Amino acid sequence: MANMPQDAGIEAIRAKGWVNAHKWLLLRRASQLGILSIFVAGPWFGLWIIKGNLASSLVLDILPLTDPYILLQAMVSGVTPETAAFVGAAIVLLFYVLVGGRVYCSWVCPVNMVTDAAGWLRRTLRIHGSSYASRSTRYWILGLTLVLPAITGGIVWELVNPVSILFRGIVFSMGLAWVLILAIFLFDLLVSREGWCGHYCPVGAFYSLLSNHAVLRVSATNREACDDCMDCFSVCPEPQVIKPALKGAAQGIGPIIMANQCTNCGRCIDVCAVDVFQFNNRYSNRSKSGIQPAKDYSKHTV
Amino acid sequence: MAKPDKSNTGINRRQFFTVALKTACSVSLMGIGLGFYTQRANALPPLAIRPPGALPEDDFLGACIRCGLCVRDCPFDILFLGQLGDDIPSGSPYFIARTGPCEMCEDIPCVEACPTNALDHSLTDIEKARMGLAVLIDQENCIAFQGLRCEVCFNVCPIRGKAITVKMQPNVRSGKHALFIPIVHSDACTGCGLCEKACILEKAAIKVLPLDLAKGELGSHYRFGWKEKQKAGGSLVTPDVEHQYNLPEGVRYELQGEGLILDSKADSPPPLSPFSSNPLDTLNRKPEGE
Repeated sequence: MANMPQDAGIEAIRAKGWVNAHKWLLLRRASQLGILSIFVAGPWFGLWIIKGNLASSLVLDILPLTDPYILLQAMVSGVTPETAAFVGAAIVLLFYVLVGGRVYCSWVCPVNMVTDAAGWLRRTLRIHGSSYASRSTRYWILGLTLVLPAITGGIVWELVNPVSILFRGIVFSMGLAWVLILAIFLFDLLVSREGWCGHYCPVGAFYSLLSNHAVLRVSATNREACDDCMDCFSVCPEPQVIKPALKGAAQGIGPIIMANQCTNCGRCIDVCAVDVFQFNNRYSNRSKSGIQPAKDYSKHTV
Repeated sequence: MAKPDKSNTGINRRQFFTVALKTACSVSLMGIGLGFYTQRANALPPLAIRPPGALPEDDFLGACIRCGLCVRDCPFDILFLGQLGDDIPSGSPYFIARTGPCEMCEDIPCVEACPTNALDHSLTDIEKARMGLAVLIDQENCIAFQGLRCEVCFNVCPIRGKAITVKMQPNVRSGKHALFIPIVHSDACTGCGLCEKACILEKAAIKVLPLDLAKGELGSHYRFGWKEKQKAGGSLVTPDVEHQYNLPEGVRYELQGEGLILDSKADSPPPLSPFSSNPLDTLNRKPEGE
């Protein structure tokens, strides 16, 4: 029996207790806020563990970390960065290639907290209408943000990128950034379900491309137990990624969620009262004979 | 085994192309909008000055990834990042000379911190930085032009005597004093803004401006005769005839030298005219009515 979206998670709380039904959500918030706090510890309390922001930073004055997407935009505009920037981008790339690119979205990005809040409120207030846009729009926008620097010579996207602007706003100075963030919140709440992160954000689009070979995956290992409550679909920011893994047994599709749009947020694990999902690695998909390799179904589900 | 791809997506080719075309059109529109927005948003107001070593503004906006590491490494905390709603391109670093000028650190930590070379790492001598150019823009209010001793800008200049010199000019008002006029030299001024910060007026008379705003440019067809002559080692046209001054006996005039010279004061005959025997008396006479 399918639950209503606003009731998603209630069964899980009953079955596992509140903390277990929010485990990954709490860990994610701890990660997002933790990253923010070590960045603001410097300017606010003089505790300089890391300086800079998500675009580029220096940990303990030694370890450079650079956002490969922003660096790519800069390089398209025709700049030759310092070695430190390449090293920093390589470290970040390697990390996300292993754990899944969109881990950035659900475990690091500050906008995720805003859009998650909008999504939760949308379910709670039972707002059902949603304007239609293709989920592949973000890849077009990603293309656009990489073409514009070549044409204009400037990093155009970074003038308006809500991800950088919000993070920089908190760590440096906010200005009118909150207007932009409020706009995204209202857009997600009233206009389009998972509108920003799921349809338009080119940052997420870029990072999803790093997810194709990620080792860390969510797996519907226990999918036989699924009672079709639909809670995971209600809370998932990219619900299209669940179906093949959860319902694909008949077609011989493995239980691992291989779609690169999965953000590894683990919310499906939390809200499932019968513990269908768990974190796993991509190789466990081949453990049973007769299971198709992941690539046989579309990674770019739209 | 059935391929799940086609059966799952549930759209036909026509729908696919329609959606793709719609998306492409709206994204292109967005791109045009973004393009125009950046044209406007990328204009840097003249009072915001980029850190030392910043590439020319157009290149800088492509190279700077808005990480703020230069801001963090500035020991004097003068750098800020533009924020949304400012006139300054959002996230890009700047300083305002009047409130916080560049102190010209010898090790240039802000440049060192830049991961993308938006602040050019080939800048190793801070005196070679060209953040802008100080311009004594308000000569009506600068008190030096009123004959008052100030020279604060000259004295705080880190390249004192090269970037700013003081030139003495006669004070026509008092007739007996000098004006100590500060002169900025673009071949040495780094645009650090210490002079603007120090200017004692309510609003600075000397301001650091972006180079392209501060500097004029001579038409490329201009040739200065005396320079061409020097270059060629001699006159390129018919040599000038040396000017003969029509002066009383015993008086000479030396151009670019002493000026009027009286050869022998004692020997000169008594004056036969209403004017003084010393031509300087005539030349230096006060304006009528004073």
